[in-house]
Amino acid sequence: MSSKLYYGIWITLMILTVVTAKVAFIDLGPFNTVVALVIATCKALLVVLFFMHVKYASEKLTRMVIISSIFWLLILLFLSLADYSTRALGHG
Amino acid sequence: MATAAITAEREHYLNKEYGIRSWLLTTDHKRIALLYLMSITFFFFIGGFFALLIRLELLTPAGDLVQADTYNKLFTMHGMVMIFFFLIPSIPAVLGNFLVPIMIGAKDLAFPRINLLSWYLYIIAGVMMLHCIVTGGVDTGWTFYTPFSTAFSNTKVIEAGLAIFVAGFSSILTGLNFVVTIHRMRAPGMTWSRLPLFIWAHYATSIIQLLGTPVLAITLVLVVFERVFHLGIFDPTRGGDPLLFQHLFWFYSHPAVYIMILPSMGVVTEIIPCFSRKRIFGYHAVALSSIAIAVFGFLVWAHHMFVAGISLYSALIFSILSYLVAIPSAIKVFNWTATMYKGSITFSTPMLYAFGFIGLFTMGGLTGLFLSALGIDVHVTDTYFVVAHFHYIMVGGAVMGYLGGMHFWWPKISGRMYPEWLGKFAALIVFLGFNLTFFPQFVLGYLGMPRRYWQYPPEFQVLNVLSTAGSTILAVGYVLPMLYFLWSMRYGKIADDNPWGAAGLEWKTTSPPPTFNFEETPEVTWEAYNYDEIPAPVEVSLER
Amino acid sequence: MSDSPIAVEQHAEHGPELRHHFETAEQQRNAASLGMWIFLGTEIMFFGGMFCAYLIYRLNYFNEFAAGSRSLDVTLGTVNTMVLICSSLTVALGVRAAQMGKRTLLVILLLLTIVFGFAFLGIKGIEWYDKYKEHHIPGASFDASDLIRDYPQIHIDPSHEQLYFSLYFAMTGLHALHMIIGVGIFAFLTFHAWKGRYTPHYYTPIEIGGLYWHFVDIVWIYLFPLLYLIDRKPLG
Repeated sequence: MSSKLYYGIWITLMILTVVTAKVAFIDLGPFNTVVALVIATCKALLVVLFFMHVKYASEKLTRMVIISSIFWLLILLFLSLADYSTRALGHG
Repeated sequence: MATAAITAEREHYLNKEYGIRSWLLTTDHKRIALLYLMSITFFFFIGGFFALLIRLELLTPAGDLVQADTYNKLFTMHGMVMIFFFLIPSIPAVLGNFLVPIMIGAKDLAFPRINLLSWYLYIIAGVMMLHCIVTGGVDTGWTFYTPFSTAFSNTKVIEAGLAIFVAGFSSILTGLNFVVTIHRMRAPGMTWSRLPLFIWAHYATSIIQLLGTPVLAITLVLVVFERVFHLGIFDPTRGGDPLLFQHLFWFYSHPAVYIMILPSMGVVTEIIPCFSRKRIFGYHAVALSSIAIAVFGFLVWAHHMFVAGISLYSALIFSILSYLVAIPSAIKVFNWTATMYKGSITFSTPMLYAFGFIGLFTMGGLTGLFLSALGIDVHVTDTYFVVAHFHYIMVGGAVMGYLGGMHFWWPKISGRMYPEWLGKFAALIVFLGFNLTFFPQFVLGYLGMPRRYWQYPPEFQVLNVLSTAGSTILAVGYVLPMLYFLWSMRYGKIADDNPWGAAGLEWKTTSPPPTFNFEETPEVTWEAYNYDEIPAPVEVSLER
Repeated sequence: MSDSPIAVEQHAEHGPELRHHFETAEQQRNAASLGMWIFLGTEIMFFGGMFCAYLIYRLNYFNEFAAGSRSLDVTLGTVNTMVLICSSLTVALGVRAAQMGKRTLLVILLLLTIVFGFAFLGIKGIEWYDKYKEHHIPGASFDASDLIRDYPQIHIDPSHEQLYFSLYFAMTGLHALHMIIGVGIFAFLTFHAWKGRYTPHYYTPIEIGGLYWHFVDIVWIYLFPLLYLIDRKPLG
């Protein structure tokens, strides 16, 4: 991979970092959190796809490992949330 | 009993090198398996010792053997030692380590040095746990519920938590090794569909170990931080939620029970076709059901929390999911019985254990379904019904499978046959002792006897006495194999390469195997369980 | 087996780094790579447990989390994020240097990575010290009265404020521990790179060490907004 591509990704990541910090001070209501997480995910994707070579030089198995791990984390988060978010309903 | 060979003894993994350094610094997966065998057997007897003390106390309704606090420590140490230092490593670390590379035609696991590290981590954890036991023990229950464990217990919670953390790391590394090995190191021609189902079972187990254990690890870290730094994450007075601990704890600990049972199912799936002289019925169904158990097993954890305070709606969700997770297990039971149908059955010791497994696991599993029903669970949760349920699966299931596997592969591991009549006798004792110990506990639970209580109303005594009597018989059944396996290493009949006429690459190499498992890397051109092509053993390997 | 004549011949065909239980160097490389990715998967679940605690408590105690978040220094946090991103760049360039056989460049980039790692840890140390001075470390000396005073617009329950800081220290602490381990790994890699161990045919340790480093960077990429930027809206 060319070093120019790496530098390009690096600049993008730096810019996105500044954007995250600045946008936090603007009132977007409930979307502040969404925007912050979306930007963070974009940054994470850039690191995974380019710095960790997943886009150009990886096999399906690597992608399966990444996706499964994230999916499993989401199971933990969402099923726990299923309890907490429904406690106030009815008798809990 | 065969005499020693007259010609120079062939070199194999046991006699290749002698001396303690060659064992403690080995990277041979087979030697590491034996290191584990010795360690987990040791901890099995420690855990068993606590069990006997519990049963002794429960002989009488009054709390007259030990004090209440001591009793809390007894059942805690029994649970922690049995689960983390016996059941979870048992089959994967002993039979898995020994057989996974051979069954796929590889020379060793992908990361032999990490394999040795796994064992050392297990030993370090074990030493920490032993130290914890002898310096006072823990009384929180193996479940470490907060805020008792974080704020009120004045026993060695930190040490026990850290010991289990280290043991968990050992477990993660074993799982990692297996997954990479199975993906990368299969011999030419060994496609996924030709893998022994023992391998599929260990693959599924490893996935659970990899995805679940880290959550237990962080949970224990948080408990330790709470005790050391007084963080307050689980402290209700500071807004902490004890139920959060339970969610995080059971997210691992429920899948952990599948770590304990899946390898046993894998063993049974190897034994039954061999002693039915028939190909396994529904190879792909069994393979995929292992994966399904691993996946679904992560979706049901809050069924341990039905009465703890979770919302009714989430309880409903977890109840339905818990029903679903029983389906893949049932598929396996049907496939095992279908395999035996019109097979040519031999009642060898491994087969006796396999039969025991099917019957007892089915009972344990079905009673799990009772517990998944919210209406029933409200009454029998935290009673001996639950205790009986999980012992049927863990002991009647997992331990029987482990013993069956040890007998099945003993010739391969040691190059010797165990005495078959003693094997059958011990199997029978185990089966009888087990049922006498634990069936009364179903009744006790139904009648309302709570678990983790050190005294009980007098009307429960008869059933408790039966249970304790059974436990002494069971203990005899467990001691016998240890004795005759040791005996056989010196005096047992010398084993052939394939005394059972079994399918699988491990039976195509010598008993015991050479250090690099095969003289030449095998090339696989046949399907798994090709019992239509393998002749039954001519020589009766099952004689005295 | 290892000193029979046939084995000696076979030895000449591969480099010394090929372990004998592997058939080919490619198999070994693929095994190492898969192993590291799976390990990173376990790390996602390891940190994930704390993200779960964070999620639940943030939902239940948003005001307290918002106030606690405001007490962190956004500038330092942003700088630290950029430091880690720079370190990921040097790591990626380092792997490339190894691929191209440029030993000196590789060593420089690995050293730069370590420097960035130390910079991150140094800044983190400063931030933690600030928390200590402000009595925001959970425990006996915890005191949230400054937050209640500074943010009267946010209704803060002082008995719940500690939870935010407990998670802050647990999460950044665990992350910092991983950074320290990463610096140790890279010190090891730098030493061996300097000794010429890594060539275009064998640079697997650099690659998998790099994967670990990038992962630690990604964890921080999420920790930064989740801890520092919970609620920075101008208060009316």
